[in-house]
Formats: sequence, C-alpha cells, structure tokens
Amino acid sequence: MNRILSKSQNIENSTNKRHRKEKRFKSLCLGAVIVAILFLIILLSSLAYKGLSGFTKTTIQIPIYFNEEIIDPENTRDIAVINKASFRKIFKQSLLQKFPEAKDNRKMYRNISKIFSRGSTYLLKKMVLDDISLIGKTINVDLISSSTIDQLRKNNINIKVPESDRPVSDATLKIYDQLNTEGVIKKRLNFSFFKYGDSRNPEEAGILGALLGSMFTLIITLLLSFPIGVLTAIYLEEFAPKNKFTYFIEININNLAAVPSIVFGLLGLAIFLNFFGLPRSVPLTGGLVLTLMTLPTVIISSRASLKAVPPTIREAALGLGASKLQAVFNHVVPSAAPGMFTGTIIGMARALGETAPLLLMGMVAFIVEVPTSIFDPATVLPAQIYLWADSPERGFVEKTSAAIIVLVLFLIIMNSLAIWLRRKFEVRW
Amino acid sequence: MIKNDNIKITTNDLCVFYDEKQALFDVNISINEKETTALIGPSGCGKSTLLRCFNRMNDTIENCVVKGNINIDNANVNNPEIDVVQLRTKIGMVFQKPNPFPKSIFDNVAYGPKIHGMAKNKLELEEIVEKSLKQAGLWSEVKDRLSQPGTSLSGGQQQRLCIARAIAVRPEIILMDEPCSALDPIATANIEELMDELKKEFTIIIVTHNMQQAARVSKNTAFFHLGKLIELGPTDQIFTNPKLEKTQDYITGRYG
Amino acid sequence: MNTTLLTILIISLSIFAFYYAVYKIKSAQSLNTKHRPLHSYYGWYCLFWTIFPALLFFCLWTFCSSIWIDKTIINIITLSINEEGATNISLQLNAIKNAANGILTDQVPKEILSNYISLNQKSEFIRFIATLGIAIIGLFFLIRKINPDLRARNKIESILMVLMFIASFIAIIVTLGIVLSLLFETLKFFSDVSPFEFFFGTTWSPQIALREDQVAASGSFGAIPVFTGTLLITIIAMCVAIPIGLLAAIYLAEYASQRTRTIVKPLLEILAGIPTVVYGFFAALTVGPFIRNIGETFGLSIASESALAAGLVMGIMIIPFISSLSDDVISAVPNSLREGSYGLGATKYETIILVIFPAALPGIIGSILLATSRAIGETMIVVMAAGLTAKLTANPLESVTTVTVQIVTLLIGDHEFDSSKTMAAFALGLTLFIITLILNVIALKVVLKYREKYE
Repeated sequence: MNRILSKSQNIENSTNKRHRKEKRFKSLCLGAVIVAILFLIILLSSLAYKGLSGFTKTTIQIPIYFNEEIIDPENTRDIAVINKASFRKIFKQSLLQKFPEAKDNRKMYRNISKIFSRGSTYLLKKMVLDDISLIGKTINVDLISSSTIDQLRKNNINIKVPESDRPVSDATLKIYDQLNTEGVIKKRLNFSFFKYGDSRNPEEAGILGALLGSMFTLIITLLLSFPIGVLTAIYLEEFAPKNKFTYFIEININNLAAVPSIVFGLLGLAIFLNFFGLPRSVPLTGGLVLTLMTLPTVIISSRASLKAVPPTIREAALGLGASKLQAVFNHVVPSAAPGMFTGTIIGMARALGETAPLLLMGMVAFIVEVPTSIFDPATVLPAQIYLWADSPERGFVEKTSAAIIVLVLFLIIMNSLAIWLRRKFEVRW
Repeated sequence: MIKNDNIKITTNDLCVFYDEKQALFDVNISINEKETTALIGPSGCGKSTLLRCFNRMNDTIENCVVKGNINIDNANVNNPEIDVVQLRTKIGMVFQKPNPFPKSIFDNVAYGPKIHGMAKNKLELEEIVEKSLKQAGLWSEVKDRLSQPGTSLSGGQQQRLCIARAIAVRPEIILMDEPCSALDPIATANIEELMDELKKEFTIIIVTHNMQQAARVSKNTAFFHLGKLIELGPTDQIFTNPKLEKTQDYITGRYG
Repeated sequence: MNTTLLTILIISLSIFAFYYAVYKIKSAQSLNTKHRPLHSYYGWYCLFWTIFPALLFFCLWTFCSSIWIDKTIINIITLSINEEGATNISLQLNAIKNAANGILTDQVPKEILSNYISLNQKSEFIRFIATLGIAIIGLFFLIRKINPDLRARNKIESILMVLMFIASFIAIIVTLGIVLSLLFETLKFFSDVSPFEFFFGTTWSPQIALREDQVAASGSFGAIPVFTGTLLITIIAMCVAIPIGLLAAIYLAEYASQRTRTIVKPLLEILAGIPTVVYGFFAALTVGPFIRNIGETFGLSIASESALAAGLVMGIMIIPFISSLSDDVISAVPNSLREGSYGLGATKYETIILVIFPAALPGIIGSILLATSRAIGETMIVVMAAGLTAKLTANPLESVTTVTVQIVTLLIGDHEFDSSKTMAAFALGLTLFIITLILNVIALKVVLKYREKYE
C-alpha cells in the first residue's frame, strides 16, 4: 500500500528513519514532563513521609503523687504558694516511686528523667493550679515524652548502631522497653502543636505563634496592597493619559514584579527600620515590605481583568450620561472584580510563602510568646520553618515537615479559592 | 458529466465529523489528473474540509473523525497504515493566508527537498530551488535576494513563494485553499496565470469563494451545500446550464 | 489613652458625619426640588474630610515625635555616660525601648527609662487629643458647608482621581526607594573599601570585622568568589531547568491532548507555587545528603552543602517558569506555519525543530532570561543548602556561597548598621539588583517584540 503511494524508494527509506526520530523526540518530551512531575511527587511525598508523624506525640503514663508536704505544707491553698512550690521534687519523688532501683543511682535517675519532656514539671504545676483538689492525691498522668523517646517510638532512630553513635543510651533503651511492655507508652495526636508558640524543646514547640504572625502580616499586606493595587490598576487602565510618564510607571511595575524578593528586604531594612525607625520583628513592618512585593502582582492581574471588560460597557454607561468615574466604578470595576480578587489572593499566597525579605526584617527571631497584635514581635510560618530546619535536634525535622505541610495546605486552600472565584464569577463577553 | 478516462482521485461515501457535528455527508467525487477542479459553495459548506481530507490535514485537528474512502491512484488515503509524510510529499498544499516560514526565501523553498532528502548536495538543492521559483514565476523578482526573509516579500509574492515551496517537493497534486482571498486583484491575476501554467504538470484542486475565479481557472467544478456535494460537472456547464435549481440559485447569487 | 479607643471614636465620628450629611442634604433638598443629585456623595465627602486630616496628623505626629524622643534620649545618654565613652548609644537606646515594652535585656538606668516613658506618654496624650480635635473640626466645617449648591459628586471624583494618581505613583517611589537606599549604602561602603577591591578582589571574608573597635578588623571584601559561586549554582540550575522545562513546554504545546494539558499544567503550577523555603529544606535535608551518599559509593568526597545540591533543587524550582512561559510562546506561533510545514510532508519533529522553534526563539530566550534572573535572585534555597564560605572554584561538588546568601548572613540578627560588613551587603544587593534588572528589561523587551510580531 505504501509502495503505491510513495514516489521513490529513496524517500520511503528515509521516512522510516524520520519516523523513528520523531518517536524518539516525542518520548524525550514526554520524559521531561514525567521527570518534572516525578520531582513534584518526590518532594511532596518526602515531606509527607517526614512530616505526618509530627502531628503525633508520645506520652508515658506514670502515677504522680501530688505530695501536700511539698506543694502546700501549711494547707493555705494560696496560688502564690503553689507557684513557688518545687514541682521538680514532686516529679522526682513520683519517678523514684515508679523506679525504686534508681534511688541511690544518680546516673540511672538521670536516664529515667531524660525520657520525659523537660516541660513535665510545668505541666504538673499547671494541673494543680487548674484543680487544687489534686493536692494530696495520686493519679495517673500522661506525661509527654522527650523528643528522643518520641523519635525512638517513631522508628526514626537506628538502635542497631553502636551506643556512642546514637542519641539513646542502652540504659535508656532498657527503661523504654520496660515501659513499653507495661503498655504505658502511647501515641497521641499532638494538638499542642497548634496551641503553643516556639520552644527550644522539639516536643513542646508549636506553630501557633508563627501562624498568628503570618496572619497579622498578611492582614497588613492585604489592607495595603489591595486598595493601592486596584486604584493603580484602575488609574493606569482607565484614566491615565498615554504619555511617557504613564509608560514609565508601567515599566516600573513590570520590573518590580521581577525584582528578587531579597532586594525588597534590603529596602525595608534601610528605609522602614533604619530611616523611619519602625520597630523590628513585628508584623507591621513585615507586612509593609510584603505589600511592596505583592503590589506589582495585584496591579498586573487587576489591569488584565479590567482590560477584559469590553469597551461597549463603558460606552453604554457614558451614553446614559454617567461621568467617566461613574462609568468605571459602577460598571467596569464590578465586572472586573472577580479577576482582581483572584489576583490579590494569588499575591497573598505568594506573600504567605515568602521568607527572604522577612529574614532581613528580623522576623526570624526565637519568639516563644504568641503575638496578639501587629506591634508584637512575631515570626511567620516560612521563617519558623527556616528556624526549625536550622536546628540540630532530630525532633525538629518532623516539626519542620509538619509546619511545611500546614503551610502548603494553606497555600492550596488559597489557590483553590482563587481558582473557584475565577470559575464561578468569570464573565465571558 | 465529466469524462472519466483519467481519474486521479475518487472518494467513496466520505463523512467527516467534528465531535458530534457532521461536516461532510456521504461525498462521492472524482477528480481528473492534470486538470483544475474548483470546489465552490457558501461558507461552512465543507469544501475546505474535503480539501484537507485529501492530504489528511484533518489529522492535526484533535476532535476530527473521517469515515469512508479516499482513493488516490487506487490506494486508500484514509487507511491508518498510510504514512502521511509520504502522502503529503505527493500532495502539496497552498493555504488561504500566505504562510512563509520565518526563514530566508531560499530556505523556504529548500525546506521540503531538504527534509525529504531529495537533493544529494548543495548544487542539486540550488537547482531545485531555482526551478521551483521559476515555475512559480518568482525567480526574476527574488533571484538577487534569496537570503532575505520570506516574510519581507509582498502578499502576492509570499503566496507565490508558498506555491514554489509546495512544488519544490515535486508533488502530483496541489491543493489550494482559497489561495487568493488575502490578495489584491493584481496579485490574484498573477496567481491565476500561474495556475494555468501549473495545471500542465500538476493536478490542482482549488477551493474558492470567488465564482469568477472558479470559472476562469477550472475545468471542472463541484458545488457543495451544507456538507453535501450537490453537483459536479464541467465548469462551463455548471455556470451556464446547471442541472439543479440549488446550483442555479447559488450561481446567480440568490443566496450564498 | 490607647489607639483602640481613638480608632473607635474616629470611626463613630465618621459614621455620624456620613449620615448627618445625608440627612442634612435631604432636608435641604425637599425645599428645592429643581435638581437632586445622589445624597450619598455628600455623606462620603463629609466622611472623607473627617477622617483624612486626622489620619494624616496621626501618622505625622507618630513619626516626628518618635524621632524627637529618640534624639532627646540620646542626648541624655551621652550626657550621663562620659567616662565609659560613647560606645553604643544606639544599642542603649534599643535597650531602653525594650525595657519600656517590658522586655528586660540589659540593665538600663532607671531615670532615663522613666524619662523615656513619661515623654512617650505625653506625646501619646497630645496625639490623642489633637487627632480627635482635628476630626471634630473637619466634621463641623464640612457640615456647615453642606447645601444643594455644593457639587459633592465632582469633589468626590477629584478626590478619587488624586488618590488613584498617588497610588500609581507608589510604584515609582518603590523603585526610587530601592535604588536610593542601595546606592546610598553602597557609596558609603565604597568610601571604606575601594570598588576595585570589591569587584576584582578574590578573597571574601567579611566575618573578621566583628566589632568596630577591633584592631585591623576591616575584613576583606573581594566579591569575585561570591559572584562565581552565584554563577556556578545558577548554571547548574539552568542546566536542569532549560532542557526539562523546554521539552515539557514542547510536549504540552505540540503533542499533548487537551485533557493531558488540563491535568499537567496545574501540576506544574503547584511546583511553581511551593514556597522556596520548602525547596531549601528539601535541598538541605534530602538532596544534599543523597548526593553525598552517592558520591561516597563512588569514592568521591562531596560537600554536604555542595553547589550541585542547591543548583539541582533550584533547577527544579525554575522548571515551571520556563515551561509555562515557553508553552505560551510556542502556542503563540501561528497555526498556519505548522500547517504549511505539515502540508509539505514534514514530521512533527521536523516542524518543531525547523519551523516552530526558530519562530519562537526570541520568546524562548526571553523566558530563559527571566528564569535566570529568578535563579540569581533566589535566596532561601541557597541560604539553607549552599555554603557560607566563599570559595573560588568551578567544581560543583564543592560548597560555594552566593550573593543572596552573603546578604542574608551579613544582615541577619542584631548588628551595628554602619559597619562595613552591613554596607557590603548593600553593595552586593545593588549588584544583584542591577544584574537582574538588566536581565528583566532585555527579557521583557524581547518578549514584547515577539508578541507584537504574532498579534
């Protein structure tokens, strides 16, 4: 069949070769797409693999005797007295009761106490302050384990290697096994991860501070960049005369969109912090810098959606005797609004993931307190990730990945919202 | 009717679908060798679709399905085993808008021979280019600026360049999809003159909106309406004495 | 005396202003029925003049008074410590400010602290009273002016026009701010360190200059190793991103069916939307050790912060930029060219390589330039996965540092703002800004020209 159509043997021979080349090229291109998607899968799955365990914690149940003689010997039940009491002693007493063999063995006691989080004594104190009737009683308390034990339970520590090469000693391991057979070691969802700020101890560190910091920063960014961006877009698209000056503004905006984010950090450092003397490490200044960074995105997408509104709408409004401003604000802007919102949300999502300029604005400090306003020192979610990623403790790895999962989740929500908005309210002319 | 002694192409119940929409209905047409056949009809009647079936150009449209047979030299073009690359070396095509590649004039013409390996060396290639440009009546105009981009030519010259590009591959059939619709009257006259020359060597099928053009250049004419072949016959007869009323209405401009 | 109370008061005043103006114009117009423009314009007009001057005053006062208080306190500090020498006045000032906010870092003199607090309180009191006063004055002044002859709509429109003009001016101010702040600090830096040393010196060790009073603590600021490090990582990244991104773009534009496109494009967009700090974490914790382990099995010693790891991950990050920009560019090549080529019997491969690629080349170059500029300016990946010490090497298995890494390490944390160390960061920043700016301008020009050609 081919023979009949082909013009000469010569061409037919060469076509086979050409078709092979074609196939090779096509599979090469497909390969590139597959590699790119594979990267995405590897990235996300490695994060999920490392991070999902960060949402659980390990607790160890032991009986605690709230010895009245230590907490409140004079039976005053005064909060000040309880606050001053040594809960370390309570803790030690209860531990020694559980492990009597450690009584005269300081090294062994140290090993045992290392199983528990360093915050355990605070937890006990808080329990008593919440419920004074506990004093004098013995109850089973689920104490949070130390990060090392947590990692041990999650099989993140290789116990086959020699003792000197791993963070748990043989003695600790023995105690762990003993507790494990007793069935007091339990896995729980780590809600405190969302309830507390940063901490030096991985098992106590939470992202609430960073989440609120990000929220305050984004609020500032949104409140400033949306009105300014939209007004700029409306001016440039609808009112600005087409002259050199307008062109200069446009060039500026396009270039600002591509300026590396770290340069905005330098700008913020030199102008906001150094020249204007605004406070460091607070969401206010962080938000200001992110505003400058987000503005071009908002302006460009708002202009695009204004451009998509056909001129007939403007002419119709003008023809009814509306002023130019009325035509624009009553008719053009409402039809362009979904596009503007979409652009703003995408800009906000980018601002949420941005780290570099905030590093220079001092938003990477170790801050335990949860911020309550835009003037409180705070850190943001990506900066928290950076801080934790830099920490040497093994326990912070899963915290970092867990925080990344939270961040990516927020980004997915924001982007889906943008896509939904675009689909739902998009007007086709 | 047309004399059926030297038939080059015949179609057999050819149907074309774009998704759900049917564009051609059971078309049976035969086209003679080394003659010019014009396809006329109102917009959207399927004449361009039919043209693009001959060299399987419809393959490039994702949702297009072609059913039925197209026989060229007794081989079914629509057979999936047919190699479109070889098919298209045999059937050249000229498009509605001149579409020279963003390359030099020489490279535009040399493109086909190069990819098909038709020239053994540079000298042969130059020969082919010169011959094709001469045949397209463009040689005298461009011989001194072969290295300039093809897009620098005027519209009519560009279209003749595209024709030269097509005949450089030495096809047997040339498909022309409204080749003059983007050109001014003088350029159109040039192309028509050229077609008169080309039909000595090639089988030409031309789609046109311009009925005077069809009358001027073609020997046979096929009239299409709503995806159906209404009438096929010698051009003189179609334009002066059509058998069907529909054809008559269209020719006289009662609708279109 | 807090700001919350002030905000509530101002907001309620403005709401009152709005409704009172509307009420007043309505009652005035019932007498004069000739023309009745929209009432709300009067409300908005009144509201604007209630809030705006007050807000302006508030911001100005806050800014000026904080500067004035700082100056007063600095004077007191310089007077009080004469024997210790004026070591760190600004640090002391910071300590006092922190103490006033309840964060006790250092010991601060009690009397200066109380002085500071009382000054602050006075300033806030004046601010509160004056802001409220200005709002009330504005309100009354406007209410008196409200009558049907006042063309409120025109006034509102001119206010809006002015606001819009100011908003669009901000883009210029930001660019100007970037240029001036970078230039200012850089010039100061170049008065300490010669530009020649900076641009052609081959030793970069700014960390020596820990404190100003150290002897011979100037450090050395030859930025060549920093630039080459940036170049090395960028080249590695582009070696990964250009082939993969370009081939993927070709696949999406030329081969993929509509359905594949709708699935694959969003997936690539996810890759682009992942924050860079995540890539940095991935590079530092997964890719870096992975490459080192591979090296070990082949008997190579690879630094765990190798340029290869950082460049590779940066390349992955850049892939979607190149692929989506190039996809747009390739799709913009008119279909007639494709058909012309297919019509001559060319295969898809030949059409792509011989016709489409040359036609799309300017646009593709533009997208590569934009991606390169992004790679050069990328910070978090290299901060987390590349090294800190500047090494002059072209070996991708060694650890190098980049411009952005140096900016961050020089400027992170508390520091003396006027040391050569911090100013060096600004000099690096200016260099970075200029290079990316040039790349962007060329890229935008090329892409724009390309678009014009096919539209």
